Order: sequence, then structure tokens, then C-alpha cells
Amino acid sequence: MPDKELDEDKRRFLVAAASVAGGVAGGVVAVYPFAASMLPSERARAAGAPVEADVSKLQPGERMIVEWQGKPVWIVRRTPEMIASIPKMDAQVADPKLEVQQQPDYAKNENRSIKPEYLVLVGICTHLGCSPQFKPKEAGGGEMGGAWQGGFYCPCHGSKFDLAGRVFKGAPAPINLPVPKHMYLSNTTILIGEDKKGA
Amino acid sequence: MAAAEKQPVTGAWILNGPLTWIDQRFPLVSLWKEHVSEYYAPKNFNFWYYFGSLAMFVLVIQIVSGIFLTMNYKPDAAQAFSSVEYIMRDVPGGWLIRYIHSTGASAFFICIYLHMFRALLYGSHRKPRELIWIFGVLIYLCLMAEAFFGYLLPWGQMSYWGAQVIVNLFGSVPFIGEDLAVWIRGDSVVSDATLNRFFAFHVIAVPLVLLGLVVAHIMALHEVGSNNPDGVEIKKHKDPKTGLPLDGIPFHPYYTVKDTLGVVVFLIVFCVIMFFMPEFGGYFLEYNNFIPADPLTTPPHIAPVWYFTPYYSILRAVPPVSISWPFSWHSQFPGVLAMGLAVIILFFLPWLDRSPVKSIRYKGALYKSWLAVFIVAFFVLGYLGTVPTNAWGQFGWLDNAERATVVARILTVIYFLFFLLMPWYSRRDKCKPEPDRVTWGGH
Repeated sequence: MPDKELDEDKRRFLVAAASVAGGVAGGVVAVYPFAASMLPSERARAAGAPVEADVSKLQPGERMIVEWQGKPVWIVRRTPEMIASIPKMDAQVADPKLEVQQQPDYAKNENRSIKPEYLVLVGICTHLGCSPQFKPKEAGGGEMGGAWQGGFYCPCHGSKFDLAGRVFKGAPAPINLPVPKHMYLSNTTILIGEDKKGA
Repeated sequence: MAAAEKQPVTGAWILNGPLTWIDQRFPLVSLWKEHVSEYYAPKNFNFWYYFGSLAMFVLVIQIVSGIFLTMNYKPDAAQAFSSVEYIMRDVPGGWLIRYIHSTGASAFFICIYLHMFRALLYGSHRKPRELIWIFGVLIYLCLMAEAFFGYLLPWGQMSYWGAQVIVNLFGSVPFIGEDLAVWIRGDSVVSDATLNRFFAFHVIAVPLVLLGLVVAHIMALHEVGSNNPDGVEIKKHKDPKTGLPLDGIPFHPYYTVKDTLGVVVFLIVFCVIMFFMPEFGGYFLEYNNFIPADPLTTPPHIAPVWYFTPYYSILRAVPPVSISWPFSWHSQFPGVLAMGLAVIILFFLPWLDRSPVKSIRYKGALYKSWLAVFIVAFFVLGYLGTVPTNAWGQFGWLDNAERATVVARILTVIYFLFFLLMPWYSRRDKCKPEPDRVTWGGH
């Protein structure tokens, strides 16, 4: 093109546009495999298999902990007194009607459980992931105060939950403790992580 | 051949020959002159000017001790805790290297906090040093990341639950949070995968970025020149013959000597802590971290290490959001956001300060009072972050609110007001006139 004048502006624009487009596309292609490698591995995914819990030795008023997907799952055998205390907490808990889906449909009831006696919860605070402590009602009040009817207390940021895992108003935790999928294999064996609909 | 035209190096006695050979192939002499022997710094530096060089010294300590720790440490959830105990008990001098590293971590933050406070005192972030400040805040962020990743490695109870809480902070980000948290952990909970990648970040990724930022910080500093306790530019008055600032002295030997004294005093304090109180009452190494990580049990009281506690207090102070309209949103994100903003707001400091003078020496009562209140708030927030929220009991009123939480809320507001109101009070302040030249008469 000896007699055509070079359009410098156009050339600059095309070079810049090509560099930016190429740079962005190349960057994404280069970053993707590294970023993807940080996702949970196949082995980590496979570790989420359901676990069986034998509750035959669990006494009324006691709690046991089993590990599922690396998380603590609590099974509390509630006494009739404990079960009776749950509706009394309705005015004090943030979500008494269980509007936020933190339980399978078959546990969306007053006691948040299949059988009123056995409460199954993922023991991880919905605030920032600590594992709350089981604080049953104590004679004379104890450290939780005289009005405490029993429940769970998170040591990290002070969230309180009642005996159905419902969070109290004003706690840092925004929602109730989750009830995992579970089903009864027999009267005293609970399978955690799978229900009749599957895993 | 430009290289051959360079002057031969003189005054280095037997090394004249080799240094000349190098200088003709590498800008050795000009680099040395530009950054050390002919870098003119104000002659009136005081005590507060030790902490920049000390921070660099601690960085070297951390890199060296860290390298030797990796020789015996195992980034594996099954072995990490016992490999640290192995370093402490069986590796010759391993206990010393580990305590150097753990004490160094806290020393690093002490130096950085004092270094940043110096900037607040003398306006070192003001024009033309905005970029120095921004690089500095980035260094601070990197240091926080480095400390956080490193704290998981001993795989004690505090390591584990601290990481659990911090990663869950990301989980509260609207819409993408849960996936983001899983991506960071590489699992649905903090696990071996998390430990392994945090090790990679701690020993290579973050230190590389940190070193690059330190270089940028110093290059920017040497481009515009150091500030000083009077906050006046020494480049305004230069010797007409030499063109050198009248109030400047060469960094070497004057400040190399001064900083060496700083290092000696620092090392005395450092060694006393390292040898006689390496846990520092549970503040430098938390007692719960001598218990191996147990994913099923949170310790009765968890708190981050002291250097994170002011921000941790802010996190705890902000209540969660719980709305059902226009959409259902229940989240602790506001607290997370407040904590993040508390750090991010530092970036804007150079533009928030509208005072006509830089140094606190010439600022008025308003800035002095705000700074004092801010520092008190920072310390009290820091203290509150180390204790449970029920530490001070409850009020008999205010719906029986916890005293410590209410205080933390007030102080959080003060923390932000210090920055947000700065454009107003710094302009309104009754400042004294700045001197024309630095006010240092020699001793």
C-alpha cells in the first residue's frame, strides 16, 4: 500500500482491542485449570457417604455425636420435659414456624424431628461454623441463667438455640441449626445423610 | 561500549577490581548510591522511624525461620500436629526455630501497627505519598492472609476452628458465598485438603506477593523521598551548588547506624519474649492450640490471635440481617462487611485527610482528640476480641444486652467515624503554621 496513508489511530485501536481481547481470553483459559483444581476432589466428594448411628445406648436427656461428611451430627434423646419446653420457646426464637428451609419436610414440625424423642441436627453453628455446646437445663439455673430451659450455646459468638435447634432472637446466628436428611433403619438405628428419597 | 566507559570503583581496597568488573555489567554502584549512600532522608527522624526497617528485618527472620520449619513440618491433617511436636522435642534446636517463627509473627504485626501509627501521626500517607501508603495497606492485607494461612498449619484446636470461622466469613457473601467457601476449603469442612493448600499459600504464594509489594513500597518511597515528623518537604530547600536537600542526610551511614541500634534493642526484647515467655500469656500462642484439631468439638472459648482481635470485635458487634421481604435473607453478612470495610477504609486515608498540614505537631485539637479516641477504641476492641461476649455480664436494662457487646458496638461506630468524619474535622481543625524547614537543631 505505498500510496495509502497509514491510519495510526485505527492501527492503535486494533492493536489495543486485539491485545485486550486476547489477554482476557488467554487469562481466563490459563486461570481456569488452576482455579478448578481447588474444587473438592473426587475423594472428598466420595467421603460424603451416609453413616449409621446406633442410639440403643443413648439415655434420655443425653446427646451423642457422630461424624458425617466431616461434620459433627448430634443425636439428642429428649425427655418428655424437654419436649414440653419446646413450644414455650416459640415467642423467643427467631423462626418459630420454620420458614427458612433448614430441615427436610418430614422434620418440619414442632419438634423438628421424625420421632419427637430423637432430635438429629448438624452441630455446626449457622453463624460462622463453630460447634455449639449442649447445655441441658440445670437445677438452680447454672451459667446459662434461671430462665434457660436447655438447648445449645455457641462458645464462639454467643448464639443460643433451643432443644429443637431453633435460634433465639438477637443471636448472631441468622437461621436455625440444620436437620440433615435421615431415616430410621430400625427402632434404634438412624441412617444419616439419606432418606427414603435417596441421598 | 557504554559499559567500558563507566568509572572504575575506588575506595574498596582489594575489592576495587572485582566490583569494577561487576559494575560494568550490572548497575551495582548506581543502585547502591540511589537507594543507600546517596538516598537523602530528613535529618529529624525520631523513634517512630525505626519500625519500617524493623518490619523488614522481621520479614527476613520469618522467611529464614520458615524455610527451616518446612524441612520438618508435614502438611497433612494426620501428621501436622505431631510434626510440630516433633520439631519442638526431637529436631535439634527445632524448638528455637519454631519459637523464632511464632514470636516473629506477633513482632511483625507490632512493627507494622506502630509503622502505620507513625503515618497517622505525621501524615506520611498524604500527597505525594499516596501510593506508598496504598502499597503499605496491601502489605498489611498480605500479612493478614499470611498469618491466617500460617495459623492453620500447627493443626491445633484454635488453628482448626479459627480457619473454620474465617472461611465461613466468605460463606456469608450473598449468592456465591457457599460455593466460594467450598472452593476455598476444597471440602465441605476444613480438612486435609484445606491444610495442604493453606501450606502452599503460606510458604510460597503469599510470601512472593509480599516481597514484590515491599519492593514497590520502597521504590515508591525513594521516588518521592521520606516524610518526617514535621511533615514538611525537605526537597523545597536544596543547596544551590550540590542540589542536595539542606535538611537531608545520606541514609548510609547515618540511618544505617540508627537502624542497627533499633535492631539491637529489638533483638533484646525479642529474645526475652522468645526464651522466657514464647506463649506470651496465651496472646502469641494460644493454649487451646496445644490440643490437636478435633472437627467435632469447638473449644469452650475461641478467639483469634491478638492482631486480628479489633476486627473480630467489629465482626461480632454487628447483628445479623434477617428480612423476609423483598426476598428471604438471613445472614451474618453485615458483620463480615463491616469487618472488611474496617480494613478497606484504610486505602482511602490519603484522600480523607483534608488538613492543610501533615504532621500532628501542627494539627489542632480536633485531629488530636479524634486520633486519641480512635487509638483507645482500637485497643479496647482488640481486648474485647480476646474475651467472650458475656465477659462483662449483662445490663439490667436494654433488654439485658451484654455489656461487652454494647461497648463493642459503640466503639465500632467510633472506629468508622474517625475515618468518615475526617474530611470534615480535618478541614475545620485550627492548625498551627508549618515551619519552612524541619525543626531539628542537633544534639
